[in-house]
Amino acid sequence: MAAGAIPHKRVHPVRSFLVGDEPMTTGLWGIIFFIFSEIMFFAGLIAAMLALHSDTLLWEPTNGAHRVEGDHVLPILFTVLLVSTSIPMQFAAFAIRKGNRKAMLINMAIVLVVGTAFIINQYFEWSHAGFGISDGPYAATFYTLTGFHGAHVIGGLVFIFAQWLRGLLGHFDAKRNTAIEAATLYWHFVGFVWLLVIFPLVFFLS
Amino acid sequence: MATLAGAQTSTYAGATVWRVILEWLTTVDHKKIGIMYLWTAGAFGLVGMAFSLVMRTELAETGTIISAETYNSIFTMHGSVMIFLFLLPIGAAFMNYSMPLQIGALDMAFPRINALSFWIFLFGGVLLTLSFAAEGGTASAGWTAYPPVTLDTGNNAEPPGAGMDMWLVGVILLGQASIFGSVNFLVTIFKMRAPGMTMWRLPLFTWTTLVTGLLILLSTPVLAAALVLGFIDRNGAGGAFFDPAAGGQPLLWQNLFWFYSHPAVYIMILPAMGIVSDVFGVFTRRPVFGYRSMVLALIAIGLLGFIVWAHHMFTTGGVFLPFFMGATFLIAVPTGVKMFNWITTMWRGSNIFPTAMLFSVGFLMLFLIGGITGVFHAAVPVDFALHDTYFVVGHFHYTMSIAATFGFLAGCYYWFPKMFGKFMNEGLGKIHFWLVFIGVNLIFFTQLLLGLDGMPRRINDYVDNPGWELMNMLTTIGAFVSAAGMMVFLYNVFYSLKWGERAGSDPWEGTTLEWATTSPPPAHNFDSLPEIRSERPLFDLRFGERLQDDPHYHVNNGHNGSGGSHSGAPSASAREEG
Repeated sequence: MAAGAIPHKRVHPVRSFLVGDEPMTTGLWGIIFFIFSEIMFFAGLIAAMLALHSDTLLWEPTNGAHRVEGDHVLPILFTVLLVSTSIPMQFAAFAIRKGNRKAMLINMAIVLVVGTAFIINQYFEWSHAGFGISDGPYAATFYTLTGFHGAHVIGGLVFIFAQWLRGLLGHFDAKRNTAIEAATLYWHFVGFVWLLVIFPLVFFLS
Repeated sequence: MATLAGAQTSTYAGATVWRVILEWLTTVDHKKIGIMYLWTAGAFGLVGMAFSLVMRTELAETGTIISAETYNSIFTMHGSVMIFLFLLPIGAAFMNYSMPLQIGALDMAFPRINALSFWIFLFGGVLLTLSFAAEGGTASAGWTAYPPVTLDTGNNAEPPGAGMDMWLVGVILLGQASIFGSVNFLVTIFKMRAPGMTMWRLPLFTWTTLVTGLLILLSTPVLAAALVLGFIDRNGAGGAFFDPAAGGQPLLWQNLFWFYSHPAVYIMILPAMGIVSDVFGVFTRRPVFGYRSMVLALIAIGLLGFIVWAHHMFTTGGVFLPFFMGATFLIAVPTGVKMFNWITTMWRGSNIFPTAMLFSVGFLMLFLIGGITGVFHAAVPVDFALHDTYFVVGHFHYTMSIAATFGFLAGCYYWFPKMFGKFMNEGLGKIHFWLVFIGVNLIFFTQLLLGLDGMPRRINDYVDNPGWELMNMLTTIGAFVSAAGMMVFLYNVFYSLKWGERAGSDPWEGTTLEWATTSPPPAHNFDSLPEIRSERPLFDLRFGERLQDDPHYHVNNGHNGSGGSHSGAPSASAREEG
């Protein structure tokens, strides 16, 4: 076939990066709309945090405690770790687009390990916080926001783990990988929201 | 149920009752799910109506029959049941049933998630209703659930009990069902359209489904956030979010709540508007006037719906009045465009008036009164005077409750032949229409007058200021008249299921794709689809050849260019022949 007869395939760079060059499946449309609804959920919670902070007389924990005595090393470390797991997750999607299931499984395993470590660290953060959920607006906001974010991380990890098991069973190839793309988009969302949740809570508003 | 199931699952002739029940419990067919939504929402609607009759009996004369606490609980549950368990799901019922048929799809994009939505909705509804059994009774803070009334602050004479928590969790579940449903509607419309069904050829009801889906998708999660904060506030946080004594802000709840609940009135009214548009397009025997302006007006209403929520909070002193007043006034423009288009569609049409059309015209009248009183409220000074009076009650019932219900009743009469293969009885339908139309005007126009007289809402007793007792009595009479009308409707449904006149696949000479298949449709919806060349494919099928010879006839060709292989064909051939 002459080269000129092949219709030029237009590739949108951003779309191609996020969801690949194959046509968008119904599943991908679905997860994108679902992520929009999740964004609005966190928008509601974050708006509540900002409104409470801007207009309340007793923002600080009422028992006089502060979130962390001393440094911010652990929160910063785990923030960097969580957000950077978007990279191996995207590599997993890139790998399966080329049909490389082994590279996909390795990258997803990295995400699973780091994500689980993040959740364990959250457990320690909660158990070492010097205040309870009833100690004023800051405390209530802190537990609500980190709690709902943590629940979403756990949800994302379960999602990824299920796909990882499917990958072990030999599912997914270069054409059929909607679930991996969906999990990747969801994981990007979870990481991005963490930036919006944690920075105000730890650095600006505490 | 047996008749209904029999009509739907003819392949199960001879099947036992249990197999039919199992079939319905496990179905993922959008038509069956739509019909289940319809029955469930209808049943909840009757419950909500019963609550309203209790309230009207209490208010008919001065003096009390039920205690103030019971009254609080009844009006709270009336609002919650009517909004969350009747108006929202009945919209979902028609969107489930008709939208995939209208775009020529086999089913929804995610049939199993569709079933999940329905069952989450049902359990949320059951949880909400079961709160009558909770200690301390149901939630009694109104359907708006303003804190700190919802909280146990120590200052509340009777702090709400477990019923309030059940309300919060129930509404979270209902919201989740809505969100899953909206994802489904949106993906279905974007991905499952038949070849040739471009965006500019979608039937108007499908367009309203699209805009409604976007509204649900982007607003309901914010309500979920508010409900979650409210739940945490009651169970652990000690009022840190919403109780001023503990550092919270009651206004925060109002902002989050109305950020959902204002778009929610459009979520309720837009599907009704879509049904009415389709009905006008059939029974005036004309294309709906200004199809594109209808769609653009719809999108404008959807967008403006997101920036006017604070007009519910004018009197709080916590919102920027000029902006929200201006934005609210603006909504009258696209709404006026739609009103104009509906009337112009009827103008010089060959109008016929079966019950579906009667209800659509009734919709126009009620929505006109509701819309104009809405513009009153948009003006801040007027709102300051009328806030929390019966004028508000009259206004919102005229728009989102009664006008929407009229739209949905039109949908019932219009699509009943498609759903069950039988006509609803027209004689009973007309009795139903006139009883309800006279009844609701008696109720709500009097309530507008009561509001102008200054009668506050949410009270269970009042002093007989001049005229209040008379007007309240008229309102109560109206409530019972419309309830009688709804009983006629209920009888009509069962009568028509059993003895209704058989309807063919296209009993109304419809113009949209759902009339291109049998009544009721097979599980796979379509054996074959007609060519889709305009937003009225069945009209083209019926009259296309004749009209193509007419040089003045112009086929709406669709302009977004994704029409598949034959999208450009009709106008090209029309040009050649012309």
